[in-house]
Amino acid sequence: MQCLMVTLLSQPRRIPGGLRLDANKAQSLQQPLRAAGVPERLYIPLSQHIGDAAEPLVEVGDRVLKGQLIARSPGYISAPVHASSSGEVVAIGDYPVPHPSGMQAACIVIATDGRDQAAADQLRMENVLQADPADIRQRVRDAGIVGLGGAGFPTSVKLNPGPDREVDLLVINAAECEPYISCDEALMCSRPWEILEGIHIMRHALHARQVVIGIEDNMPNAIQCLQHCLDESEETGIRMIPVPTIYPAGGEKQLIYALTGEEVPSQGLPIDLGIVCHNVGTAAAIARALLQGEPLISRVVTVTGEGVRQPANLEVRIGTPVAALIEECGGYTDAIARLLMGGPMMGFSLRSDTIPAIKTTNCILAASYRETPQAPPASPCIRCSDCVDVCPAGLLPQQLYWYAHARNFDRIQDYHLFDCIECGCCAQVCPSHIPLVQYYRFAKTEIWSLESERQFSELARQRHEFRLQRLEREKKALEERRAKARKSLKPKAGDADAKQAEIAAALQRVKAKKAEQSVQARNTGDLTEQQQADIAAIERRRSSGSGQP
Amino acid sequence: MEFPTRSSPYLPLHSDLSRLMQRVMLALVPGALALLWFFGWGVLFNLLIAAGTALLAEAAMLQLRGRPVRATLHDGSALLTGLLLGLSLPPLAPWWIAVVGTLFAIVVAKQLYGGIGYNPFNPAMVGFVVLIISFPLQMTLWPPPQGIDAQVLGLTDTLRLVFAGALPADASLDSVTMATPLDITKTRIGLNYTWGEILADPRFGAFAGHGWEWVNVGFLFGGIWLWQRRAIHWQIPASMLGSLFFISLFFYIADADSFGSPIFHLFSGATMLGAFFIATDPVSAATTRRGRLYYGAGIGILTYVIRTWGGYPEGIAFAVLLMNMAAPTIDYLTPPRVFGRRDPEES
Repeated sequence: MQCLMVTLLSQPRRIPGGLRLDANKAQSLQQPLRAAGVPERLYIPLSQHIGDAAEPLVEVGDRVLKGQLIARSPGYISAPVHASSSGEVVAIGDYPVPHPSGMQAACIVIATDGRDQAAADQLRMENVLQADPADIRQRVRDAGIVGLGGAGFPTSVKLNPGPDREVDLLVINAAECEPYISCDEALMCSRPWEILEGIHIMRHALHARQVVIGIEDNMPNAIQCLQHCLDESEETGIRMIPVPTIYPAGGEKQLIYALTGEEVPSQGLPIDLGIVCHNVGTAAAIARALLQGEPLISRVVTVTGEGVRQPANLEVRIGTPVAALIEECGGYTDAIARLLMGGPMMGFSLRSDTIPAIKTTNCILAASYRETPQAPPASPCIRCSDCVDVCPAGLLPQQLYWYAHARNFDRIQDYHLFDCIECGCCAQVCPSHIPLVQYYRFAKTEIWSLESERQFSELARQRHEFRLQRLEREKKALEERRAKARKSLKPKAGDADAKQAEIAAALQRVKAKKAEQSVQARNTGDLTEQQQADIAAIERRRSSGSGQP
Repeated sequence: MEFPTRSSPYLPLHSDLSRLMQRVMLALVPGALALLWFFGWGVLFNLLIAAGTALLAEAAMLQLRGRPVRATLHDGSALLTGLLLGLSLPPLAPWWIAVVGTLFAIVVAKQLYGGIGYNPFNPAMVGFVVLIISFPLQMTLWPPPQGIDAQVLGLTDTLRLVFAGALPADASLDSVTMATPLDITKTRIGLNYTWGEILADPRFGAFAGHGWEWVNVGFLFGGIWLWQRRAIHWQIPASMLGSLFFISLFFYIADADSFGSPIFHLFSGATMLGAFFIATDPVSAATTRRGRLYYGAGIGILTYVIRTWGGYPEGIAFAVLLMNMAAPTIDYLTPPRVFGRRDPEES
């Protein structure tokens, strides 16, 4: 059993690199968190998480209830999907889904009936805090809960440290570091108890010795709300530590560093240090599922930006089209220029507002040109190394750019491309306006595809070699058989005559067949006399040999 | 509703190439004004000729190379190269000195290597070195600084000298020019003068050469302002000035008669211009944090070595070029520690 002890710092540490950005969270926090209406149609993608896409369990025409399982998870790293409201399944097929490429993927489309009728609850657990962690994980899994911080990794997997690992510290990530996004803050202010209950369940499931809530120090209201609950609850041992507000302090590895001073190994996981990190929203979702029996069918989404009339935080049913959320917030303003899903640093721009909000959608930023200007034309890199100073991963972004630009995919890995977390700090400070992150994504994708090509050709090479070996084997076996047969056979008398007769018979058959095929007039059954006369004339002309047409 | 898309990040960007260059040019003002005050109109002519030549040469080369002319000129890098070279040239040098140097800097050292971002050597210093090797006489034509009892040329006389090579009737080239303090130090130490005797010369001021000390103070102020505005990193100037200080202190303590004082070295010649404006040229400098320290230290030490034992009175330009050569290797050998890795070499 691996027993790692993690010590929390008395004074949280500033993360390396990073940027101070204008928070822009106040706009969406002016109104209290409220539930968004159920839209007429829900577009529920089958893949809203990291891992295998869920497999549909319903067919077009089926009536479904709110919370009903409509697609099951086919593997361990996967998550099931539930109907977010009651209604009828009207289509199962490819629709635009939230993805930087603007691609389409399999969705279940539900025409809601407005009754919002709930299915029988199968998730609620009595005495959760005495339950077997395996049962808790199963329920969390059945509830379709994935990391709500943005990545969407199946939570049940992260609640399972493995048989030979012990969890010393559970970090609850409440450091919502990207500008504009305030969904976690709104949740902490309006449902702190739910979060705490979820944290208790997580702690129990993980047998974590310590729990700490890491929060950015620019959210006094949320800190106050949570602290109030912590003070009131008998359960002690959960600490809340405000960390310096600096983007990207909310990155998992960055937050752990700020709180403990420990660095998660490159290409490693927090559990390597005895730490597990979960988002606050995920904690609340677990409490909802296990205590109230509601699977993950809604989440808090920030709708904000100068492009929307009344920015707010909404409790949104999974599958609600963005357009419906904008409508809920008073519609677009004239300033609307761009629609982003996620924050302005790591989010992506949407081509259309028909795309649905999914489990990992934390923010819809309806931005003006002032907030998100056009990308200025890029100039050559002058190696100012401002990017080096802000890189939280300690990389040399200008070298990565150089090698990505030159498509030198070996050297770029020497510069640790895969340690890049794509936070965007480098591109944000680049005086040459080079879209650096785009170059890194390009290089990563190229390397992945080269790698899979390499594996594919390796497989093909192996198959080819096996085939050659097999052919060789078969050839040998055949020759052996032939040699044996030759030995065992002895020439018989009358053999030649029989062969001659056989050949003659075969020739006869061929001749007969040819004769049969030579007359091939077709569709000649019901010709008029005139036509027959014409044909006869033509035949005559042909046989007489005149080449006239 | 449909929307335009692009890749992240989306926020208004923090900095801009042309703004950065403008800031550097603005920071040159105090030093340039001091230079103008002490050394007369020639300084202004050099600046104008070099800047004009730089812009024309850059435009012509961009045109030839089929690159966007207007947008690239707008970044201000060519203008800055011209200005930096113009500030380094002797004010009474004939006009074609600035033209030849700037042409070489922009055409060969910058554009033939691929333009901004691709030049391995600092273009202004390449231009300077070409001049000092090819035209050593013209590169010594520094007038006596203001405030020294010597013949000072007015605007028209300077114009005639620079553009027509004509001297006033009552003057000779020797009477209107004067050796620089670095020059004086070099020759006199060679002649076994003591440092104390050299300092007593009227051409020396409060703590370094008369006039030169204030020029250096001007560039120091501009440089500190640049650092405060985050246009340059502190490592290169700090390590360059630090190493120059310590190496000169070492020899000064060892033999105060034969070596110039640390303060003299810090405030003479192009020390401050070099530390804050030349060595910090990002394209040709080292880029890692540790690398910048080594790079700056190398320039400081080489400058001292060349000034003290080399064939030229001033060594900044050579030191910068030599370290430019070393910059890629320095970068390669000084990678930062990647987050989550124990040492930089671990892979």
